[in-house]
Amino acid sequence: MLTQLLRERLAPYKTWIALVVLFQFLGVVAMLYLPSLNADIIDRGIATGDTGYILRTGAEMLAISFGQIICSVLAVWFGARTAMSFGQDVRISLFRRVGTFSAREVQQFGAPSLITRSTNDVQQVQMLVLMACTIAVQSPIMMVGGVIMALREDRGLGWIVVVAVPALFLCVGFVVSRMVPSFRVMQARIDEVNRVLREQISGIRVVRAFVREPHEAQRFGKANDDLTAVAISAGRWMATMFPLVMLVLNVSSVAVIWFGGHRIDDGEMMPGAMTAFLSYLMQILMSVMMATFMLIQIPRAAVCGDRIAEVLGTTTSVEPPADPVAPDPALRGHLALEQVTFAYPGAEEPVLCDVSFEARPGQVVAVIGSTGAGKTTLVNLVPRLFDATSGVVRVAGQDVRDLDPDVLWAQLGLVPQKAYLFSGTVRSNLQHGKPDATDEEMWAALEVAQGRDFVEALPEALDAPVAQGGTNFSGGQRQRLAIARALIRKPAIYLFDDSFSALDLATDARLRAALRPETVDATVVIVAQRVTTIKDADLILVLEDGRVVGRGTHHELLADCATYQEIVTSQMSAEEAA
Amino acid sequence: MAKTQEFKATERIEAPQGGPGRGAMGGGMVGQKAMEFVPSGKRLAARLRPDRGKAVLVVLLGVVSVALMSVGPRILGHATDIVFNGFIGKQIPPGTPESEWPQAVQGMDVVPGQGVDFDAVAHVLMIVLAIYVGASVLGWLQGFILNTVVQNTVRTLRQDVEDKINRLPLGYFDRSPRGELLSRVTNDIDNVSTTLQQTMSQLLTSVMTVFAVLAMMFWISPLLALVALVTVPMSLLVTAQIMKRSQGQFVAQWRRTGALNAHVEESFSGHALVKVFGRQEEVEAKFAEENDELAKVSFGAQFVSGLIMPSMMFIGNLNYVLVAVIGALRVANGQLSLGEVQAFIQYSRQFTQPLTQIASMVNLLQSGVASAERVFELLDADEEPVDATGAAAPGRRGEVAFEHVSFRYDEDRPLITDLSLVARPGQTVAIVGPTGSGKTTLVNLVMRFYDIDAGRITLDGVDITAMPRAALRSQVGMVLQDTWLFAGTIRDNIAYGRPGATEDEILAAARATFVDRFVHSLPDGYDSLIDEEGSNLSAGERQLITIARAFLTDPALLILDEATSSVDTRTELLLQHAMAALRTDRTSFVIAHRLSTIRDADLILVMEEGAIVEQGTHEELLAASGAYARLYQSQFTAAAVGEEV
Repeated sequence: MLTQLLRERLAPYKTWIALVVLFQFLGVVAMLYLPSLNADIIDRGIATGDTGYILRTGAEMLAISFGQIICSVLAVWFGARTAMSFGQDVRISLFRRVGTFSAREVQQFGAPSLITRSTNDVQQVQMLVLMACTIAVQSPIMMVGGVIMALREDRGLGWIVVVAVPALFLCVGFVVSRMVPSFRVMQARIDEVNRVLREQISGIRVVRAFVREPHEAQRFGKANDDLTAVAISAGRWMATMFPLVMLVLNVSSVAVIWFGGHRIDDGEMMPGAMTAFLSYLMQILMSVMMATFMLIQIPRAAVCGDRIAEVLGTTTSVEPPADPVAPDPALRGHLALEQVTFAYPGAEEPVLCDVSFEARPGQVVAVIGSTGAGKTTLVNLVPRLFDATSGVVRVAGQDVRDLDPDVLWAQLGLVPQKAYLFSGTVRSNLQHGKPDATDEEMWAALEVAQGRDFVEALPEALDAPVAQGGTNFSGGQRQRLAIARALIRKPAIYLFDDSFSALDLATDARLRAALRPETVDATVVIVAQRVTTIKDADLILVLEDGRVVGRGTHHELLADCATYQEIVTSQMSAEEAA
Repeated sequence: MAKTQEFKATERIEAPQGGPGRGAMGGGMVGQKAMEFVPSGKRLAARLRPDRGKAVLVVLLGVVSVALMSVGPRILGHATDIVFNGFIGKQIPPGTPESEWPQAVQGMDVVPGQGVDFDAVAHVLMIVLAIYVGASVLGWLQGFILNTVVQNTVRTLRQDVEDKINRLPLGYFDRSPRGELLSRVTNDIDNVSTTLQQTMSQLLTSVMTVFAVLAMMFWISPLLALVALVTVPMSLLVTAQIMKRSQGQFVAQWRRTGALNAHVEESFSGHALVKVFGRQEEVEAKFAEENDELAKVSFGAQFVSGLIMPSMMFIGNLNYVLVAVIGALRVANGQLSLGEVQAFIQYSRQFTQPLTQIASMVNLLQSGVASAERVFELLDADEEPVDATGAAAPGRRGEVAFEHVSFRYDEDRPLITDLSLVARPGQTVAIVGPTGSGKTTLVNLVMRFYDIDAGRITLDGVDITAMPRAALRSQVGMVLQDTWLFAGTIRDNIAYGRPGATEDEILAAARATFVDRFVHSLPDGYDSLIDEEGSNLSAGERQLITIARAFLTDPALLILDEATSSVDTRTELLLQHAMAALRTDRTSFVIAHRLSTIRDADLILVMEEGAIVEQGTHEELLAASGAYARLYQSQFTAAAVGEEV
């Protein structure tokens, strides 16, 4: 998954990557050439006492160092460019992909998970690419170059390379193979500690009310101990790494001196070559070490890569039509559900079963029923947040699946159950409903939504800041702003999904009264739990377990629908209901 | 951060979150003070103190290990010398007097005609090998002990934070943005832990290596050592310059990441709305803009900081060239041996490497100390006043009295002034009123989540400030609108309030509160796991569990704060019967906005702006035709709407 993601997403940057490789290559060649020149100084310069040669070679070394830094800087430049552009591309792809998702896919992943995937996970993979552009490119070149140069200095000592490199690979590989599982467990335990803390902080009132602080402290203590235990064992492997690598390195250098000495004594090798060989060996081993360090990063990035690929590989269950039809202008505001059934994939019981109704402009259709009866699902089928499993939802005479989504949505004013506001200002939130709304229109919408008073009381009025989600407003205020946002659109169809629940009853009543003249030309669908909210609707649907068990006006239902009667009596006494 | 502060003004006006007890905000937001690297760094270092013995051992081991590691090349240089001498010796015919040797080797320990003395080489190499093995073993030991010290320190830090959380007043949690607080106790501690782990051992070794290597270089050749030393200020200067630039880029990068995160979070959380309101294009355009900015600054940060390594390498090479040239010249002049130059070259490589490491660690350290500081800020926050040691009144009657109570969350804004009320044992007291009128505040005060400013509250005649908080709270059962459950089984969640409860008691509570009904439809029954967000249960089901939880504790005083708002009305009706049974024989406070649920209350308090404007029974209040009557009318008769608007 990770390799595929990298292959696909790095393809546009082939040239840059090629340049990274080229400059890294040149840089490494320069770096490797230095010990060879140093060997020349020793063998030719010192042995012959040729000061001029020493200085000339020194100047050459200097020039090469300079060339090397230029190559390195260029390599860093293109490497960073590649990695950052890669991250940028993946992020925008993810964001666009999620944009096409229906509510079902969003629910399936969960919004927090999607957020992590498009930010942190991308960051992880991006860092891997960055490291790859430096270390992963550099170290094989350095290793191969080092081997070639070392062999060029002296073939007879080549076997030391052949032994030392795999030995180091084995040592580091062993430690890393021990460390990676520990790190994985450690990550899980860190998550656990954080989870406990998160729960304690979000549930602080309950914890204190039930006097469970000691219990919580104990729970935390255990999580903390578990984490510490695994962190210590992971840390021990980490502590083993460096001394072990140093040992291999140092033993190899001792071997070079010993066997090199013999070859020099036999006249098969110059002393300078031995010194150079030693330098090359060190460079080879260093590159092996760096490469292995990078290997540590891979498991984590692989997990992230998989999670990203999973999102990118998910297609929306609500495809926009290839060939959209135009809504029938004569049927503006008409909404019809025809034998609609909806079930989650794999679920045994449908959430909605065989629901049909029709609503025309000026009509109010209300849906009432217990928690979990399928009310919200019904509302969500209209804007195609979900698609019906069978049956047809029609807006303005057309199947919603045949309408251009933008055309469909332009006709709808949705006020969701959870009144969500966007960060910005009151004004920018209302502009979500109508981008070019004037101040007058905004105040008018707020007036109807019973939000004028509290917005006016804010020092900045329409420009008062709104925190993400609208958390700086009370639940009731949020709902009123969300209602104003829908009102300002003047849509053909209003969908109120339990939108009055957080209002106190007096406000609720005033709002509904003010709403009536505003919605005479529109179709209104109201989902509610309170009978008072829907009493005056033209048509009330009583839902139970996804089925319509009653339909009619308040008085009709009172007369013949048992479920409705139960709901009513649970909310008011018989004489009040009548 | 900037964003939350910006919102402060509004938060003062309206209750944030709308959750229970989230009354008006107090003034003291967690301040953004300037970073003080030195004091916080010291304080972090001081936390290693309990393991002082081990810390000293770590330093000792480190010193010895580094010293051994540094002596190694010097001795290895001897072996090279012996080899070189043998090489030269072989080329000079036996018996040649020293004056006829090539100039470069005059004065060297060369025996004409004799090859390499391998006994001597073997001897030296054995010593070197022993030294290296010793150095590695000691280094390993050091790392081993240091690891334990660091992990224990971090563990203590975590534990301190946990303990602190349990001592902080509730106001602290209500005041700090939750995400921010969570970030402190999770991300920041993680960061401190990572920093300590990554820097402590390396920093120690690197610093010691620099000194040891420097000492060795001076030993071999003071001149060459001075040459090498020139690279130190150069490295520091270059690194400092680069870091100064990259630091700004990094700050910009994290700021941009934050902005992008916020936008993503918002767009995904409001996914359906973005779609239905046709905002996808705008949202995407804004994302692309943020994304471009982020890519730009993170490229800057990565590129500039990526320059450290090549620059250090260049300086290292420069040093290498200088040492090679000057060293070669001096060997040619006979002032140094070849082995010494070779050792020196090895040293100068060893010298630049730890310098680079120290340089790269400064960044890490800075961020670690910044995190530590944020954790310390939390640890330094004011705590709840010390608990009283007095006892609660014996027996349980559940009489609650407010006597001239005044309270405000915010100094400038009085909320409750001179409030008095009495709830007699067994009474059900209902509190009604608009949002923000102080209903939930009363609960906060009875539970001592907040302490009152004036007056007193008594439980069965005893001032609640005179008894330990735990003693007070264990007599109260509370159900909140916010249905907090922990990740665990349904059974564990019900038993949360009474750990020793038997299976029968749990089942009885579940049956009485209609939890039993839906639990049976779950595949694992009472062993069904509730996930962290509780998304596998409906809001109503979650609320029923919280009611069962309170039921099981069998409290003297019951507080129901909008406890049935997420339950549909028919279930609520059933619950009412259950709670009616629960309420007999204990005092209950019921906060509700559905007036139908409180009609039978013994006493109804109507609150407006922190004061009780009316009190009495349902009938009395209706007869009085006051605020309650208006509320009631609006709720039950549509006709009332016309009169009011």
